[in-house]
Amino acid sequence: MSHAMTAPSIYGLVAEFETPTDLVKACKAAYAEGYREMDAYSPFPIEEASEAIGFHKSAVPLIVLVGGILGGLSGFGLQYWINVIAYPLNIGGKPFNSWPAFIVPSFEMTILFAGLSGVFGMFALNGLPRPYHPLFHVDRFSKVTRNRFFLCVESTDPKFDLTGTQQFMERLKPLSISEVPH
Amino acid sequence: MAAEENNLALLEEPPVLSPGQTFDSVTDTITDVVLKRPIGMAWLGGLAVGVGLLGLLGMAVTWLLLRGVGIWGINVPVAWGFAIINFVWWIGIGHAGTLISAILLLFKQTWRNSINRFAEAMTLFAVACAGMFPLLHMGRPWLGYWMFPYPNSMGVWPQFRSPLVWDVFAVSTYATISAVFWFVGLVPDFATMREEATHPVARKIYGMLSLGWRGSARHWTRYEALYILLAGISTPLVLSVHTVVSFDFAVAIVPGWHTTIFPPYFVAGAIYSGFAMVLVLAIPIRKYYGLEGMITMRHLQNAAKIMLATGLIVGYGYFFETFVALYSGSTYERFMIHNRWFGPYAWAYWSLILFNILIPQVLWWPKIRASTSWLFFISLIVLVGMWLERFVIIVTSLHRDYLPSSWGHYTPTRWDWATYMGTIGLFTAAIFVFIRIVPAISIFEMRMLLPQSEVKE
Repeated sequence: MSHAMTAPSIYGLVAEFETPTDLVKACKAAYAEGYREMDAYSPFPIEEASEAIGFHKSAVPLIVLVGGILGGLSGFGLQYWINVIAYPLNIGGKPFNSWPAFIVPSFEMTILFAGLSGVFGMFALNGLPRPYHPLFHVDRFSKVTRNRFFLCVESTDPKFDLTGTQQFMERLKPLSISEVPH
Repeated sequence: MAAEENNLALLEEPPVLSPGQTFDSVTDTITDVVLKRPIGMAWLGGLAVGVGLLGLLGMAVTWLLLRGVGIWGINVPVAWGFAIINFVWWIGIGHAGTLISAILLLFKQTWRNSINRFAEAMTLFAVACAGMFPLLHMGRPWLGYWMFPYPNSMGVWPQFRSPLVWDVFAVSTYATISAVFWFVGLVPDFATMREEATHPVARKIYGMLSLGWRGSARHWTRYEALYILLAGISTPLVLSVHTVVSFDFAVAIVPGWHTTIFPPYFVAGAIYSGFAMVLVLAIPIRKYYGLEGMITMRHLQNAAKIMLATGLIVGYGYFFETFVALYSGSTYERFMIHNRWFGPYAWAYWSLILFNILIPQVLWWPKIRASTSWLFFISLIVLVGMWLERFVIIVTSLHRDYLPSSWGHYTPTRWDWATYMGTIGLFTAAIFVFIRIVPAISIFEMRMLLPQSEVKE
């Protein structure tokens, strides 16, 4: 329990791996060991890594769907309101609610809202933009945008224990293990 | 076993990525173009041409704002002229970028990974060039915001039954979605640039642009989900944009415009000219920056095949336009075709057939597809041909409509040409600047093409 006192002072422990295969193996081992507050870092998306740390579903598709529906409805609603309520114009005897003509702008608004809500939603869920992050204190971590793969177990994990977690990580045979200061 | 299959595949087609690449070599080859390579004379020369023509654009636009659209050759009956020809031409060129980044992604055509970034940049710059024309053509561009529905003191609203208003929605959505798609694709690469750059200012700028991206698995999962969805919504979007552009014509009742074949034939033509522009850009860029290992002959050949296919669809469009006009029994439609073939603009029609349909047929020969100089030359021909197509559609249809008393002739003035050349300058300058400040090939997607990126059980 003595380590519980030191735990909050660091962000976590990060282990460096050379290949995506090693990273995924390490993630699986850490998950099996009972760690949950952890994240894998890689220079390109590795589906297996996020599966292995127990992150399966993202809310992004739902946000895009809701954004798209809202966009379509507001696009059509805007045109309906303009043509029927705010500014009704008789054009060649056509009905005020000429819905076939309103399809194109409604469609475009669907796409616009779906895309923008997806982009902003994705960044918001990811907590970006975030120029500062404790991991950036670790010099070797700069290789994450190049050719190295990292697994970080965070100190907020109930199972986190500086020596215990370090020993566990050593068994994964990483290239290096670093403490991540806050 | 897998290695054998790979070797067999190599015999059939040139590889997507030259063998022997590693995470390091991919990263360095791409980032060095921006970070390490000294500024060369060829780049400076190209930029100078672009900026020179951009100056011409500034002059032409200033004169236009001072004197009005009367400085152009447009008049009744040909009121659209160069502005709309160039608008359709540019926006069509942009479409190949979205096709490459979105549609080929959905079809899991991984060869697209090395050309999607600059094809998307091409889309953005082409849309910027395209967007200027309708704006300038309005005569009072400073009132351009009147096109958008906003509560105003005049108490009026746009007419949503008009394809021109649809166009505002289609093109502005297209520009916005293309821009965010491009930026989202760039974020992980900006993070790479942030770490690779040595100059502190460059590190700061790339750091800010990267939004603090750190390659977290959770982030990547959401990122990938969004990326594929953006591709999914961009696909109908890009098809809708040129469809709506074709509605600008097809919904009107002018002979030569009022045709149901316009939407598919416009979309095919857009992709045709867009791939031609991709080749015109890719061939010199890969050579000059030594990117032949990433933009391989496979890419150029695939692009040539797509050109061949879309060119045939365009040919089918020309054929059916003619067939329907003759078969319709409508005097005006028949006259329109006769006038296209033998009228005062017959030279434009027959050059268009030569440039768009006949010459590109040489792409059937594998030897031609394997030669970069041939591909470059044919792409230029197709770009000119597709420009002529829009010239024929707009000018020959308008200059002789139903009433012989309202017939006229259209001759572009030097200001028409200056504006057109000016947008080519804007496009060229933007491409040259882009190459030097942004990784021109998607780094993280290239890493995914490497065999090392696979997770082995």
